[in-house]
Amino acid sequence: MTMQLEQSPTTGDEVITNYTINFGPQHPAAHGVLRMVMELDGEIIERIDPHVGLLHRGTEKLIEHKTYLQALPYFDRLDYCSPLAMEHSYVLAIEKLLNIEVPVRAQYLRVLFAELTRICNHMLNLGSHVMDVGAMTPNLWMFEIREDCLNFFERASGARMHMAWFRPGGVHQDVPLKLLTDIGDWLDTRLPRLFEDAMSLVVDNRIFKQRNVDIAVVSRDDAIAWGFSGPMIRAAGIPWDLRKSQPYDVYDRMDFEIPVGTNSDCYDRFMVRVEEVRQSARIMKQCLAEIPEGPIASDDRKVVPPKRGEMKQSMEALIHHFKLYTEGFHVPAGEVYVATESPKGEFGVYLVSDGSNKPYRCKIRPTAFSHLQAMDFMAKGHMLPDATAILGAIDVVFGECDR
Amino acid sequence: MATVLHSAPRTASNDGVLDALSAALGAMLVSAREEHGEILLTVARDSIDDALRLLRDEHAYQQLMEIAGADYPSRPERFEVVYMLLSLTKNHRIMVKCTASESTPVPTVTTLWPNAGWLEREVFDMYGVLFAGNTDLRRILTDYGFEGHPFRKDFPLTGYTELRYSEDEKRVVYEPVDLPQDLRQFDFMSPWEGADYVLPGDEKAAEHPATPPVADPKTTEKPSDTGAGAKTDAKATEHVAKGAGEGGDGEPVPEKSAKAEPGAPAPTESRAKRAPRKGKSADTKGATEPQDKPKAKRAPRKAPAKKGEGE
Repeated sequence: MTMQLEQSPTTGDEVITNYTINFGPQHPAAHGVLRMVMELDGEIIERIDPHVGLLHRGTEKLIEHKTYLQALPYFDRLDYCSPLAMEHSYVLAIEKLLNIEVPVRAQYLRVLFAELTRICNHMLNLGSHVMDVGAMTPNLWMFEIREDCLNFFERASGARMHMAWFRPGGVHQDVPLKLLTDIGDWLDTRLPRLFEDAMSLVVDNRIFKQRNVDIAVVSRDDAIAWGFSGPMIRAAGIPWDLRKSQPYDVYDRMDFEIPVGTNSDCYDRFMVRVEEVRQSARIMKQCLAEIPEGPIASDDRKVVPPKRGEMKQSMEALIHHFKLYTEGFHVPAGEVYVATESPKGEFGVYLVSDGSNKPYRCKIRPTAFSHLQAMDFMAKGHMLPDATAILGAIDVVFGECDR
Repeated sequence: MATVLHSAPRTASNDGVLDALSAALGAMLVSAREEHGEILLTVARDSIDDALRLLRDEHAYQQLMEIAGADYPSRPERFEVVYMLLSLTKNHRIMVKCTASESTPVPTVTTLWPNAGWLEREVFDMYGVLFAGNTDLRRILTDYGFEGHPFRKDFPLTGYTELRYSEDEKRVVYEPVDLPQDLRQFDFMSPWEGADYVLPGDEKAAEHPATPPVADPKTTEKPSDTGAGAKTDAKATEHVAKGAGEGGDGEPVPEKSAKAEPGAPAPTESRAKRAPRKGKSADTKGATEPQDKPKAKRAPRKAPAKKGEGE
């Protein structure tokens, strides 16, 4: 005890001891419901104990009680900032168990909209990150881009946020040509203008740099040991991107760069995401240029239901339609772990099938779990206001973290 | 493995990996298999930390991406703990698993990977698997003070408690679950394809067994059985009184006469004949009733009469 008293900073006769505060559960910079018990020494963070699970809804248990198709919309509600990226892992896991071929047009559409989701997600994250450290305007500008993205989603699927558009075997509906041309125009004009305008306010801003440069530096070895993925591991200088190293759908046909950081601080994480937006736009342009005509879902009628028009004409199609929307399809027994590069990092689905029409176990690997766990280690020794910058750079969404 | 048709992530090839890792793990390995393009290694529970250390240090599986629990209640050791490992340098994934029960702790791997802490906490929270050596084995996703392990297969989907804000007590109160409507559990399995349960409604058959077969099955009765007499005259309806109508009901038709019956009331129709419509007006005003009656005009209001006048 005497040792501690000697070490504590003192002003005159007063002894300042460590104290504990609650950050959250309701805090605008917590990006959702996160409670962090912080032990502070003055304004220096000594220890952080994040309490997660305030948004736990038992998604994995609910999925065990639903058929494979009925379970799909739960994935939209995990990371509600990038819903299609969540669906992507799930449909690929089912397709891997079924070993079903997806038509090329559907693969292109999935890649196109997965990248649009990435832009949409990064708009929210970059915007809220700059707002967490005190800037207001870029966030509002980037929400305009986000609004455009949501409109495109609506035109493709009918829903702005919870699309449920990727289906096992393809996508639900084809997109009109006008939508593709509009996305092309948007990529050429509106996106670069709004985005580069917003970034010009931030990236060289002195205050923004003061708040982010050299904050929460994580070495390469630590990034690997803590199970980092996505922009968090790329900012540490490791060019690891599942789209490149373990390509799925038609990512192996795409030509794009993986941005990496040099300093592995919050500023690098931010800048990695900034560059990813540009690379996503590049991928989308390639998709639009190369997308072939053809079917948008597998013609395996034991998995993919027939279209409604066909169902009205053919008795066999009617039976398939009825069976697939009531009983659903059966998936061969086995277990797979499929991970894709979601905007936040590696989003994995461990799917165990017992051969029935419902998943026996569906474990979701959230990106935020490993990142948030490192919060204590990253924030130690930093100031209290840095906690919001670190949290913003993690890009955490609690729908996914808590499931 | 059959030809790969799906477009799921393509890692480095699995060729030879299974044999190499099986040989490396040696006695620690319980079983190893390759299925759906995934390599699954089952390791003895007590040596899981040694096996994972070996895989991390000697075989370059640097990252622990996930620990998943799974519950198989019919097995002697009901839980499975599955570790997903990723090699950044070999660009390869494997799954390593071990079994556990409620009373057999699994050695922790927090000594190998710092991020195993929360992953193990989650498996403990959801399944009740204990991890020996994990110094911080608190619940993580469920509520403070939660009891039970919700992802076990015998834990009901609805749970046991629900909470609400009580206006009386000015705080959140916990109560046993009370569902106004039963949880709807649809079972879409086809009953003709191996449903191993009693179909809804079939349980009544057990309560009321079907009538046992009788020696003399019931047949249509003969007149001799019932004592019925001869048939009634089938042509009786033909002998109907003269004057019966064609209706077949035997009622006589009333006689018609041109003369009015003496004493009969006058015809009730007294409406004036309708005048033909004039013009082509589509106005419906005249279409209903002819306006033979002038519109009643309101008499101008008189000044209050003098007393006694006009009486």
